[in-house]
Amino acid sequence: MNPRIGYIAFNTFREAVRDRVLYNLIAFALVLSGAAIIVGEISIDIERLVVVNLGLTAVSLFGVVIAIFIGIGLVSKEIDKRTLYTVLSRPVRRWEFVVGKFFGLTGTLVVNTFLMAVGVFLALLYVNNKFERMDLWVLAALYFIVLQFLIVCALALFFSSFSTPLMSAVFTFALFVIGNLAEDMRALARATHGAAVWLATGIAYLVPNFSALNVISQVAHGDPIPARLILYNTVYALLYSAMAISGAVLIFQRRNLK
Amino acid sequence: MKMTATGRVNVVAAAVLLCSMAGAMATLHAIDHNDAWQGAVAQDAIYVTSSTALRRMSLGYTGLLADIYWTRAVQYFGRQHHADSGDFTLLAPLLEITTELDPKLYPAYQFGANFLAPKPPGGAGLPGAALELIKYGIEHNPDQWRLYYNLGFLYYTEFKDYAKAAEAFKQGAQLPVTNEFMPILAARMAQHAGEFDTARMLWVTTYQSTKEARIRQNAVEHLLALQVDEEVTQLEQVVDKYRQLKGRLPSSTADLERAGFIHGTPADPKGHPYKLMPDGRIEVQDPKNLYFITKGLPPGAFPPQPPREANH
Repeated sequence: MNPRIGYIAFNTFREAVRDRVLYNLIAFALVLSGAAIIVGEISIDIERLVVVNLGLTAVSLFGVVIAIFIGIGLVSKEIDKRTLYTVLSRPVRRWEFVVGKFFGLTGTLVVNTFLMAVGVFLALLYVNNKFERMDLWVLAALYFIVLQFLIVCALALFFSSFSTPLMSAVFTFALFVIGNLAEDMRALARATHGAAVWLATGIAYLVPNFSALNVISQVAHGDPIPARLILYNTVYALLYSAMAISGAVLIFQRRNLK
Repeated sequence: MKMTATGRVNVVAAAVLLCSMAGAMATLHAIDHNDAWQGAVAQDAIYVTSSTALRRMSLGYTGLLADIYWTRAVQYFGRQHHADSGDFTLLAPLLEITTELDPKLYPAYQFGANFLAPKPPGGAGLPGAALELIKYGIEHNPDQWRLYYNLGFLYYTEFKDYAKAAEAFKQGAQLPVTNEFMPILAARMAQHAGEFDTARMLWVTTYQSTKEARIRQNAVEHLLALQVDEEVTQLEQVVDKYRQLKGRLPSSTADLERAGFIHGTPADPKGHPYKLMPDGRIEVQDPKNLYFITKGLPPGAFPPQPPREANH
């Protein structure tokens, strides 16, 4: 990796882990994983299901919140604190700055996901007294959640390259919601007629497809995840993130920072 | 030492905090134990009945939402059952939403059917709804033998449709992964549906196919009830044989023993001797502790039910 991108990524990671909100969210996610054990006690025969569903949902949702919360401020904070000019006055190109920020944020989220996943597996161990073979698929679901974070980080950076933090958060979250309804959007596109078909289909394929990355329910039931799906989702997440980051770079290159 | 202004504020604030916390807890305790207010406090309601809408609102986290609705169904049934209300209006819709959100939530089918089918106060008295629930489960999980078992059990116990019960057990027996009793149940249901051995086999299979303690205990109680029903039936047949032989009814079980029809004093599974009534019927000593029995009861008595569990 380009050493300048590496330095910016590492600095971004260091700044992110200093944010107390991060720890509060991680702690809350861990508490939810523990609370799943109690939920299983007041229901019938779904102890493991609840731990996996609630635990992974907490990892996913809190991770998205962290990605948006930190991602929207990555560029704007540097501009507000005037540190951006110092950075860019070094031999650091604008695109290296954006890409470095992206890697730093995703690195932060990977570490967060690891910490929250430990909580989920501890809760699983508690309810089952041992790990089972089907618990391995929880790792696949966690991997897909990390891919989801890649896309959300890239989107947050894209919007923050030209918009205010508040609007960046709104746009990113809105795309997250729409992305989870991607299946319905494609069904809607198929139901339209004439020129609207192209428009609807285009929009349906342009929004990020988060529903394909959500396999929480399947792994909760112990169903295996096909290797082909893992491959396709990996390629899709990398391509979509590259698309969003490229857009961020294009906009940031032309942005008047004065 | 003279307290500073900050110190005084801290003491007062701490005192107010503790007193208000204690007061709030005491008030909440009074609310919880005031019967007159129970009806006014939040009633159960399902505001969104469309599983499609719920699926969209869940943002893809349908598994978790299904778990929440299943827990809600369990708590609703437990609460209504414990209150002896007989009103289970929301049970079927809650189970429908649960299974549409997560068609692989097997406990919802198995236990949901057990909640829906039996007559109140044991259940909701909706065997038709239970049947629809199980059939939905089979449609979405055609390789799950337990669902076919539940279907056969439902036809046997609630609808007394032994032909359909046999067909359900037969379909379950043909699956790649199944229970060893399924083919036997299919065969027995076809020819010996009304016999004690068939019912016994059903409850043994129920006991062996679950790890849930309450279901196992229920199966044990049904097996004990079957034993009582069978023994009372056999004893009454023996009494009738004695009457045909001697021209009169026996005065006690000792007469039957002296005549060589029985050996020892017959007793129920709890160890209490059976009573021989003057009209030749056999009754159990303590019917309240023998749940689900249909024989050996005083005239006009209903089969005793186990006590309701405390709410969670």
